[in-house]
Amino acid sequence: MMLARVVGVVVPCVVCRGLEATPMLIIQPLDKTGRPKGRTLVAADSTRMAGPGELVSYEGGREAALALDPWFVPVDHTIIGIVDAVHLQDREEPS
Amino acid sequence: MILGRVIGEIHSTIKHPFYDGKRMLVVERAAPIGTTSTDYLIAVDAVGAGVGQPVLVLDEGNGARQIHRSTNAPVRSVVVGIIDEVSEGDVERATGIEPV
Repeated sequence: MMLARVVGVVVPCVVCRGLEATPMLIIQPLDKTGRPKGRTLVAADSTRMAGPGELVSYEGGREAALALDPWFVPVDHTIIGIVDAVHLQDREEPS
Repeated sequence: MILGRVIGEIHSTIKHPFYDGKRMLVVERAAPIGTTSTDYLIAVDAVGAGVGQPVLVLDEGNGARQIHRSTNAPVRSVVVGIIDEVSEGDVERATGIEPV
């Protein structure tokens, strides 16, 4: 899993079967210090509660689809949780 | 598997039910000596590792699900070991991992 910041919402009008009503959010992956790292990507939201501005953890690959119901869906990144706090050894960064 | 060091933890209230009651550790990947690691990942703790400890991380889904005795858990990275010592050739701790 990695950390990311939700930066936007995607509203698809046609999706594969099984993905109807699955929230799709644009996320910006972050490095360990909270700075943006790499390009933004679209992730399904398994919590169904994340929104723009929130710090989230996401999983990529085959495991991404397993967080959804139904799980046999074409998804490669899924938000797993909304992060309340990150406690790092040197400093603490509240969300 | 990945060699790394636990640098912290994350806490979530709203998360996938699989992660209820599980510790999620922020693990910094080991970098070659003389360089600074910028890469990290968040892994579920399976061995009771603490902040600052060098650890072994399994970054593969099927093995991770096997550890949690599940067939459909959305998990890929698991901390599966705590490391006492690393040596590469004659050089101990050549991976840049600091002593515990």
